Amino acid sequence: MTHDRSWSRAFLAIVKRDLALAARAGGGGELALVFFLTIVVLVPFALGPDLNLLSKIGPAILWLGALLSMLIGLDRLFQSDEEDGSLDLIRASALPLELAVLAKGLAHWLTTGLPLALAAPLLGLLVALPAQAMLPVAGTLLVGTPALTFVGAAGAALAAGLRRGGLIVPVLVAPLTVPVLIFGVSAANSAVGGTIPFLTPFLILCAISLAAIVVGTVAAAAALRQGD
Amino acid sequence: MRQDSFPACALIAENLACRRGERLLFDDVSFALRSGEAIALTGRNGAGKSSLIAMLCGGLRFAGGSLRVEGGGDAPLAELCHLVGHRDGLKTALTATENLVFAQALLGDDALSAQDALAAVGLPHVAGLPVGYLSAGQRRRVALARLLVSARPFWLLDEPMAALDAAAQTMLTGLMRAHLASGGAILVATHGPLGLDGARELRIGA
Repeated sequence: MTHDRSWSRAFLAIVKRDLALAARAGGGGELALVFFLTIVVLVPFALGPDLNLLSKIGPAILWLGALLSMLIGLDRLFQSDEEDGSLDLIRASALPLELAVLAKGLAHWLTTGLPLALAAPLLGLLVALPAQAMLPVAGTLLVGTPALTFVGAAGAALAAGLRRGGLIVPVLVAPLTVPVLIFGVSAANSAVGGTIPFLTPFLILCAISLAAIVVGTVAAAAALRQGD
Repeated sequence: MRQDSFPACALIAENLACRRGERLLFDDVSFALRSGEAIALTGRNGAGKSSLIAMLCGGLRFAGGSLRVEGGGDAPLAELCHLVGHRDGLKTALTATENLVFAQALLGDDALSAQDALAAVGLPHVAGLPVGYLSAGQRRRVALARLLVSARPFWLLDEPMAALDAAAQTMLTGLMRAHLASGGAILVATHGPLGLDGARELRIGA
């Protein structure tokens, strides 16, 4: 019995299924993207036509928008699988629950975090983001959003059994995303100007993401095992 | 084709107890389920039939007692069991075939292909339809087809006859007979007759 092959087959099956679900059910991905667009469009209306101010806080707006867009769909990450019994199926697999969580997190990031990061330069136009800041902002979102997914996965796993989890997941998860937000925005800002070199906060952001992937995966699997 | 026979194995439960919240649902439930045997799990509504099945496949912790598998290698019980319960484990946005292909990749131990399994449960014509479009009985049949795409010795079925018409009930009885003949074992929570000769009854709750 080769574990490796059956594990990678089950792992890929979960990723593939979640990607297909995201594409078909019309949930997750697009909704987050539209929400992101809505927030970024609304901010200039609230602030008024001060382009200097906008471009100064542009990276922060984009990061806040991305963070909130990631959080809104998170409660469904495990809840939908719990409700229809798919989680029982995943538990019955030889695949360790940690790897199943990793597969679901990967699919979530591919359908939410990645599109947000790719859309960020485009939405940057709406907040008068200077041209040289576009790439850094997209880059920080690219490496920072995995942390949001996996910190969120731990929260989503805790709420998987709740019938009306709703807003509890964002409320639970938001405080834990503060470090990601601080270093993400500071790296994006340092590309526009300031005294710190871009790489310093950027590398810390990478480290936070890597740590969140490991800790979030283990924590979410533990929470799912406790599920009663 | 399906694998012809499972190695002899047995599921032995001793003095199981189940607690949901503060309430003790049952205790002192003992049974041995061996290759080729079927057990009909009966009891009034709320006696804990579904909870017992959830305990067996690892979804619920025991309040007491022990559970062990003899034979069947070193795989944990959850990896030797098929579960078909009230929650059918199907994604409504995916087609019947996609659901079964996913289950096969996830569970391993490939047996029938998704198409053959759907034909075996009498639903070859819905293979390409999203499961959300199917009736309750058809969905139950797709869930039962999961038993056939992956060969596992223990079938844990929770009210499998619910929503099935007479022909489908006969079909299910046939599938269960074939599974028993190939050395598998079945535990069925049920209120009605199963049509299986020699099925023992295990009654839980007062």
